[in-house]
Amino acid sequence: MNTLHSIVLILVVAGVTMLLRFLPFAAFSGRRRVPEYILYLGSVLPYAIMGMLIVYCLRSVQFTALSRWLPSAICVAVVAALHVWKRNTILSIVCGTVLYMILIQTVFV
Amino acid sequence: MSKKDIIRKAFIRTLPVMAAYVVLGMGFGILMSDRGYGPVWTAACSIFIFAGSMQYVTVDLLATAASPLQAALMTVMVNARHLFYGVSMIGRYRGMKKSKPYLIFGLTDETYSLLCDGREDPPDRQQTELYCLLVTAFDHFYWVFGSVTGAVLGSVLNFNTTGIDFSMTALFVTIFVEQWMTSREHRSALTGLGASILCLLVFGSSRFLIPAMILITILLSVPFLAKRRDPEEENRTGTKEEMR
Repeated sequence: MNTLHSIVLILVVAGVTMLLRFLPFAAFSGRRRVPEYILYLGSVLPYAIMGMLIVYCLRSVQFTALSRWLPSAICVAVVAALHVWKRNTILSIVCGTVLYMILIQTVFV
Repeated sequence: MSKKDIIRKAFIRTLPVMAAYVVLGMGFGILMSDRGYGPVWTAACSIFIFAGSMQYVTVDLLATAASPLQAALMTVMVNARHLFYGVSMIGRYRGMKKSKPYLIFGLTDETYSLLCDGREDPPDRQQTELYCLLVTAFDHFYWVFGSVTGAVLGSVLNFNTTGIDFSMTALFVTIFVEQWMTSREHRSALTGLGASILCLLVFGSSRFLIPAMILITILLSVPFLAKRRDPEEENRTGTKEEMR
């Protein structure tokens, strides 16, 4: 862990997040209308990015051995199914994570 | 409405967020301490970034020593939706005075969902400003409290944390499923998944992210630009403009 690099990364993430939150107020608070394209991207990007983030989380899954992909596959399915059934974010996350930890610590060591 | 009433109202309104933020915050804190970042780091992230999903991603950016550029691009993609929140809150926050910068800074998904419709607003404007400020500040506090608690627990408790990073995957899967169930249109969700898998296969796990972001933006822009080219559509908006 490189302290300076870590500080820079946190500042960048915080700065860009703030920029995104303040930009609409700074740019469009007068009479100027928000470009349709920006509105459109803002409405469709969240759906696509969540898909991208799931792939990002699972990027190091490999299909060379059962233990390298099966725990993730099982737990993603469990989280999704549980969420469709109960619609409770905390429940889905906690159950999925605990199951994953049990699987990789005891079953698929 | 007295000040006390407004405080009580804001507190009761934010109770569901309290549950979510404390638990998700704890997850973030435990993840951070798992990667060697103690409570001070966690507190700094939760105070200054204050964006749930992005902070989970930040743990990964820190652990893999990502470049600042990569971190910036990732933040733009993950948090682009905040532009949308901001745009829809311009009218609501117009005329607010001292607390306006903080209200904008703290406009997370959950805070937005509580404040966007204005249905719970107290009758007069000054009270509304106080109410919005309290809702934002309560949420911020829950998030910092939860994450610091998680960081402390993570450094004190000595249990095998292997696999706890799955909480990040689980978080995104639940959001994805939730979005899928509440939306009739699945093209963008599928575009995100498909384009990312394609780029992962082509570029490999350590460098697929930026190509994936670019491809997703291009693919999503195509239907928008195609619709614009449609001259009839153009004409119709043209006349509407003139009529105003």
